[in-house]
Amino acid sequence: MFKKVLIANRAEIARRIIRTCNRLGIETVAIYSEADAESLYVREATESYCIGKPPVSQSYLNIDAIIDIAKKSKVEAIHPGYGLLSENATFAKRVEEEGIIFIGPKSEVIEAMGSKLKARKTMAAAGVPIVEGVNEPIADTDEAAKIAQEIGYPVMLKASAGGGGIGMQLVHDEIELRKAFEGNQKRAQSFFGDGTMFIEKYIAEPHHVEVQILADHYGHILPVFERECSIQRRNQKVVEEAPSPFISQETREKMLDAAVNAAKTIGYTNAGTIEFLVDRTQNFYFLEMNTRLQVEHPVTEEISGLDLVEEQLKIANDENLTITRKDLQKNGHAIEVRIYAEHPITFFPSPGKITKLVLPSSDGIRHEVAVESGSVVTPFYDPMIAKLIVWAPTRIEACEKLVDALSNYVIEGIHTNIPMLLEVVKHEQFKNGVTTTKFVEEFYNSENSTISK
Amino acid sequence: MTMVKASMAGTVWKILVSEGDKVEAGQDVVILESMKMEIPIAAEETGTVKQVIAAEGDFINVDDDLVEIE
Repeated sequence: MFKKVLIANRAEIARRIIRTCNRLGIETVAIYSEADAESLYVREATESYCIGKPPVSQSYLNIDAIIDIAKKSKVEAIHPGYGLLSENATFAKRVEEEGIIFIGPKSEVIEAMGSKLKARKTMAAAGVPIVEGVNEPIADTDEAAKIAQEIGYPVMLKASAGGGGIGMQLVHDEIELRKAFEGNQKRAQSFFGDGTMFIEKYIAEPHHVEVQILADHYGHILPVFERECSIQRRNQKVVEEAPSPFISQETREKMLDAAVNAAKTIGYTNAGTIEFLVDRTQNFYFLEMNTRLQVEHPVTEEISGLDLVEEQLKIANDENLTITRKDLQKNGHAIEVRIYAEHPITFFPSPGKITKLVLPSSDGIRHEVAVESGSVVTPFYDPMIAKLIVWAPTRIEACEKLVDALSNYVIEGIHTNIPMLLEVVKHEQFKNGVTTTKFVEEFYNSENSTISK
Repeated sequence: MTMVKASMAGTVWKILVSEGDKVEAGQDVVILESMKMEIPIAAEETGTVKQVIAAEGDFINVDDDLVEIE
């Protein structure tokens, strides 16, 4: 196994990786920006290096600076975490060229899956169901209008390089489409440096269900069940659970098979996730592939008993997967909520100093937390500051445990989305496990929400 | 004369007006980026832009001056 690994990331995911490395006797190297100098993960790593100024372009996205530190500290491998450079093919290639092991798939696989349009074509060729739409970039607004007319409204306008909902918009008619096309294209260009747009048919009442896979270098591909991530705000997930309460066992098996086929077709290695949209009659369609560890990986760990970071390290170290699909046991139910530093109604950011932090504790409660009392949440990075994960033998018990834990979670000094999360997880529709990706939007527009009054 | 101020800390993502521009109350004049979210900042009153104080890329704190309108 590796002796020393650099973590090209920050906050809770850096802490999460350090924890597994410590257990396996691997030394860790943390990088941090000037804004993160006092962060917990910086103290917890074996070695830590300041890498630049607070904006990510001047620190966490500075590939040269990261490589310099990796060489200086003599690490054997780099774990990219999620976000930042984790799906940046240029970074992965550079790491490979420097003779350092990138803990993730090969750079060419990242590149192929980084374009939603290319991924769509690849998956179609692999026999994975895709949503009706175009497989070529759309040149301009007129062409977009023509295609949308053929497919039939409503349609989803999407940026090929998009992520986190950026560049994506649901449009109901030509007027809306004409208004939206250029704006989304420009936004995609400025955020991702690529304004390639395409259109897909809109799936009504969609559920977002995704399959976690692990794949070693010897052709073994293990689907580690699925996660339901339908509760989203601004197209970003806030509640995730495993297993999905919505899909049938038959759909589950089909979806796991499709994910394995997809991974096999592209020669995937390491941990990855294949995301699907599922319609009301349980037809599922490929959405995109995330070629990294995901924020919501803990729910899979809770029901499978696996440590996904450990599996990633082993695969990167050229070890065989030791468990087969037949041997993998699904145990109980897990739910994760993302705690964001933001206003619970407007979802506007809420940077500032956390004056008090008290975490509830009991059996079946897990925290992945980036902050402590006295931490300053800066405006430079993502607003997610903690994840609360609960596990119980049944979904009903997990829901009850979640409500109890959230009610006893104390964060003072900044706004958080905890009041919103509590309302969501207490809602009858969530309890019944039939919430779609539109739930938050509809719920907040409804008369029933006490929080929006 | 009124001053459009930053409602939260962040980086100035885009300045939407120039000196001499006429602006309406409620019109967005600056877009801030905070925690990976774009936050539009609007003029509170109708008038003419006298001075653009912030520059794109600047880091600003809550209540920092952005645009002066008269």
